[in-house]
Amino acid sequence: MSSVATQQADTHSGAHEEETGLWSWITTVDHKRIAIMYFVTATIFFFVGGVEAMIMRFQLMNPEQSLISAELYNQLFTMHGTTMIFLVAMPMAVAFFNYVVPLQIGARDVAFPRLNALSYWIFLFGGLYLNASWLFAAAPNASWVGYATLTSSQFSPGVNVDFWFISLSILGIASIAGGVNFITTIVNMRAPGMKLMRMPLFTWMTFVTSFLLITAIPVIAVALIFLGFDRLFGTVFFDPGMGGDPVLWQHLFWIFGHPEVYILILPAFGVISDVIPTFSKKPLFGYPIVVYAGILIGFIGWGVWSHHMFTVGLGPIADSFFVAATMIIAIPTGVKIFNWIATMWGGSIRFTTAMLFSIGLLAVFTVGGLSGIMHASAPVNLQQHDTYFVVAHFHYVIVGGAMMGLWAGLYYWFPKASGRFLNETLGKWHFWTTMIGFNLTFFPMHFSGMFGMPRRIYTYSADLNVAIYNQLATIGAVIFAISAVIMVWNLVQSWRKGEKAPADPWGAPHLEWSIPSPPHHYNFPELPTVRSREPLWNDGEREEILAVTMGEATEEPHMPNPSYWPILLAASITLAWALVMTGVWWVIALGIIPVFFCTLMWGLEPAFPEDH
Amino acid sequence: MAQAAAADHHATNTGISNFKLGFWTFLASECLFFGTLISTYMVYKGTALVGPYPAEIFSVITTTVSTTVLLFSSLAMVLALDAVQKANKKAALWWLFAVIAMGGIFLGMEFQSYLKYIDYGLTLTSSTFGSSYYVLTGTHKVHVLFGMIWMGILGWRIYTNRIGPPQAEQVEVAGLYWHFVDIIWIVIFTLVYLIP
Repeated sequence: MSSVATQQADTHSGAHEEETGLWSWITTVDHKRIAIMYFVTATIFFFVGGVEAMIMRFQLMNPEQSLISAELYNQLFTMHGTTMIFLVAMPMAVAFFNYVVPLQIGARDVAFPRLNALSYWIFLFGGLYLNASWLFAAAPNASWVGYATLTSSQFSPGVNVDFWFISLSILGIASIAGGVNFITTIVNMRAPGMKLMRMPLFTWMTFVTSFLLITAIPVIAVALIFLGFDRLFGTVFFDPGMGGDPVLWQHLFWIFGHPEVYILILPAFGVISDVIPTFSKKPLFGYPIVVYAGILIGFIGWGVWSHHMFTVGLGPIADSFFVAATMIIAIPTGVKIFNWIATMWGGSIRFTTAMLFSIGLLAVFTVGGLSGIMHASAPVNLQQHDTYFVVAHFHYVIVGGAMMGLWAGLYYWFPKASGRFLNETLGKWHFWTTMIGFNLTFFPMHFSGMFGMPRRIYTYSADLNVAIYNQLATIGAVIFAISAVIMVWNLVQSWRKGEKAPADPWGAPHLEWSIPSPPHHYNFPELPTVRSREPLWNDGEREEILAVTMGEATEEPHMPNPSYWPILLAASITLAWALVMTGVWWVIALGIIPVFFCTLMWGLEPAFPEDH
Repeated sequence: MAQAAAADHHATNTGISNFKLGFWTFLASECLFFGTLISTYMVYKGTALVGPYPAEIFSVITTTVSTTVLLFSSLAMVLALDAVQKANKKAALWWLFAVIAMGGIFLGMEFQSYLKYIDYGLTLTSSTFGSSYYVLTGTHKVHVLFGMIWMGILGWRIYTNRIGPPQAEQVEVAGLYWHFVDIIWIVIFTLVYLIP
């Protein structure tokens, strides 16, 4: 404790100043810094996936073009899908989990700060490993769903698919660790009075998403293990010649894959459930219903996976069940939409960029929801399966839903993280170019799909008469790309010299706005006591909380130690998985040694200052 | 609960320490992991195109013996935790040693069976039965092995007085893991070996 005492003498506040510099970021266990690293990394991968999409759009602009080869096209669409889902949409949501959840529940950090850092580093290394495949001109090329038997060593002899299954296995570890961390944080670390039914919706949706993560990821982990054993050690899981069943892969993939869809969308629902009330100056309409609808979506999301497989021929009974389940899941989703509209109804609405993106989500996601209802019907699905209609649908729900929601969150919470506003003029440019570019890209795909243009094919015949839709889509994609550049320009400019933001720039109701922007590294000098769902909107409660939260800590609060073991363990895990690619058992066994060593050192290292 | 709070330095909302709650959550995840492996085995039951088939090679007697040994290791685990909580270092070390030894006997017997099955011609690549059987039970064995190493480290820390009654939760959580691995084996034993 003597070192603490000396440092206290240096600063008038009594708490440590937060260190800066590269090493402090590498060893950080601060959820706010980890969030920023998540966000920046995911944004970089967003551009990587975006460039892949743009190349495909130019290839498809006119029929029978050959700007790129069919093989490169296969790699591009596989990497675009894998990147956007696993390296962009998921980690960007996790960036917000990290930044916002501890602040919203009144905690000083997450339950397992080092595990949190480990998740980030595994995500980074896993993403780099996946993209390293480009250096060998062997990027994965069997689509993001990796159907058997296309992925077998017979039909995909190169290392392309190895890069895919290994990097996804690595990334899965980060997701499970993240899920465990946020469940524990939300169950265990709420400030006094922060009952479950007082938690902001974003925290609630993080909670539901975390359950989906810890339950869905193990299923694909096993499927990937089967695939890896088939490819490297000659097992026969997906080998029809030996009695294996390729449809098993589809089941396992989609048992993971459909909850995954809700892993992507629920965080966005959470964001706009916080943004819309703030900018309508009204509490969320039907709070418990929105919470229950979110939980219900999480549950039913487990019973709809075979709607991805109607063309397999599972029989009328199975198909009917999944048609019904899929249509039922539209109900809680619709309930939420009505709740958001009812929240705005009669409110004094401020059209900030965050609010515009939230309203944009309502409009665009609903279009995606409606096309989803269309191919929820098995007979209709047979017509639309594997066409651009489906491509239009899932971009409407994932970009129009998940990404729009996260961008709303970006404009909403950026002032908290940086102490500065994002430029609203640029923000509105970002929003409108996104809306126009996005709709121009994906709306025409409904038509080209209906006219029979198949997805995942590098070109199409002029006789199909879909050139005009593809040209519109390509023009739209260019506008959409411009919107992304505007966003990054805005981020960079505003981070450096944006207008200064106060602690509560929006007049918002939740705890994260009760502390300075940016927050101290310990978040709360003392933990506030919460007495309602909108603590900062209630006279009396607001003053009581601010009296506690706006001060500075008189002594260094009990904060976790920085650690370099997360990055080392993440590196050794990535190395161990990379060695799996050799297929030589003793090399693989050797790879486990550093993992074991780092885990041991991690376990022996004190997580908190007083632990030694 | 005072122990839990002391180990974690934080009062938690549930009174359960973060470490223990997080570990329970992880075990929930593990349930889905083994659930998928076991389901695959069940789905592939009877799809093997070539022998040997399960009924020809499984010996219920041998597996019952190894299963019993593993089950008794859970009892030893409980007694080890009890001894740590009561600051009985010597007993704690003996019971942990018993856990590791019984885990070792289980693994030894199982590998003996593996060798026998391979002799009969059942390999990782011979049929859907071989693939799903070895990957399922192999994953379980890796879990047992990991548990044994964990117990070894705990034993060393008890021996060097780094774990006493205030840190007993470290042993308790390792015990959760060990019991979980046991319970999974009971499911595997029932579904794989007992159902003809």
